[in-house]
Amino acid sequence: MEQKRTKKEYVEWTQKIAPKTHKFKNMILAFIVGGIICTIGQVILSLLLKTGMIKEDAASLTTLLMIFFGAFLTGINVYDDISRVGGAGAAIPVTGFANSIVSPAMEYKKEGYVMGVGAKMFLIAGPVLVYGIVASIIAGILYYIFTMRA
Amino acid sequence: MGTRLGKQTLRLDSHPVIQAWASIAGAKEGNGPLGRYFDEVIQDEYFGEKSFEKAESKLLRETLAKILMKGKVSAGDIQYIFAGDLLNQCIAASYGIRESEIPFFGLYGACSTMGEALILGSLMVEGGFAERTVCITSSHFCSAEKQFRFPLEFGNQRPPMSQWTVTGSGGVLVGNTGDGPKIVHVTTGKIVDMGVTDANDMGAAMAPAACDTITAHFTETGLAYDYYDIVITGDLGIHGKNICKQLLEENGILIQGILEDCGTMIYDTEAQKTYCGGSGCACSAIVLAGYLLDKLSKKELKRILLVCTGALHSPSSIQQGESIPAIAHAVGIEMIS
Repeated sequence: MEQKRTKKEYVEWTQKIAPKTHKFKNMILAFIVGGIICTIGQVILSLLLKTGMIKEDAASLTTLLMIFFGAFLTGINVYDDISRVGGAGAAIPVTGFANSIVSPAMEYKKEGYVMGVGAKMFLIAGPVLVYGIVASIIAGILYYIFTMRA
Repeated sequence: MGTRLGKQTLRLDSHPVIQAWASIAGAKEGNGPLGRYFDEVIQDEYFGEKSFEKAESKLLRETLAKILMKGKVSAGDIQYIFAGDLLNQCIAASYGIRESEIPFFGLYGACSTMGEALILGSLMVEGGFAERTVCITSSHFCSAEKQFRFPLEFGNQRPPMSQWTVTGSGGVLVGNTGDGPKIVHVTTGKIVDMGVTDANDMGAAMAPAACDTITAHFTETGLAYDYYDIVITGDLGIHGKNICKQLLEENGILIQGILEDCGTMIYDTEAQKTYCGGSGCACSAIVLAGYLLDKLSKKELKRILLVCTGALHSPSSIQQGESIPAIAHAVGIEMIS
């Protein structure tokens, strides 16, 4: 078959006529879902502070609880439905991070606890951890340099 | 003995007969527009097994059993089985038929495997090397997601041009006698790669291959554009079908009115949220073994051209920045007495 387009022209043409993502709708939904998750976190934090807990402990416990909720909702097959609607609004909070670790752990349990759960658990979260840690090292060095100057 | 009509197309003069066919589909496919045509619809995605891979093997095994039962033959009467699926090393097929003791060719043509199997199975019969062959494929949404995309419970949004892997298995029994639908022409596809690198956009990757094979089929056979009642591609989806239509028009192949796609027929894409439609080895297989052969045997359709489309990439090749090589195999099936 003779192609009337170059590869580049073909890819550009197909992308132009491809069904489009509803960017505006997705942004609004991400804002709402992400907002709800963060509001729940804030409510928990405020309640804990009311019990007289010091701020650092209350913040840590809030994060722990949010991770638990993310993992629990993944385990009962609900979190992926929240993400389908919320997109980045459900992926960015710590609940989304919990989802990214629990979901492969569930999926690869059939391959055993060592090569399945153990090896595949960080399939999605791995890069986040690697580059998160690298970024924190860079931030630490910068902090050290600037505080030395001061 | 068949006649070579051109570089890619053969005419099978003995007209190998599709003697029996069977399909098993998943719950989502069962709830789709073609649901009532499948022999069995399974509600449990594990199909009583411990893993999705085992469930897929069982789908294929049970479909084979149904084909043999409907064809009133035993496994010993089959000289060759051509089978394939999407999983690494084609394990759904090899584990699915390991107890059958039928001489086996394992195939990988991605979602075009059913077309590949039909061509090879009918050629074995045409050549006189087999009285009966079985051509069968399977795919499973959950095992395909695991291998090609993300874990099932991972929360991510699917892009609008993505497709939904069909859960199911379909196959046919091809023999040298009988009154069933007959395989008359086969056109083997060649790899066409137009540089698409997005694995979510398989419609765009495969459409040029489908166009290439359909063009070769009509050019080499010299058949009129209205010869077939329906020219049906495997799993181009809504987006891919649109592209294919336009490419064919540009090539001067005027079959726009009869061009259909199994992937767009199998789901109610709006209500079932399958975006551009179905895909997977089982997509064309169960639409053929469920819907199309039923329509042919009732003479509601007289001649069809099934064009199974496949994207021959792997997760590794995509991660390395490679584009997607695509292929399409065409099989002309006719009701002739």
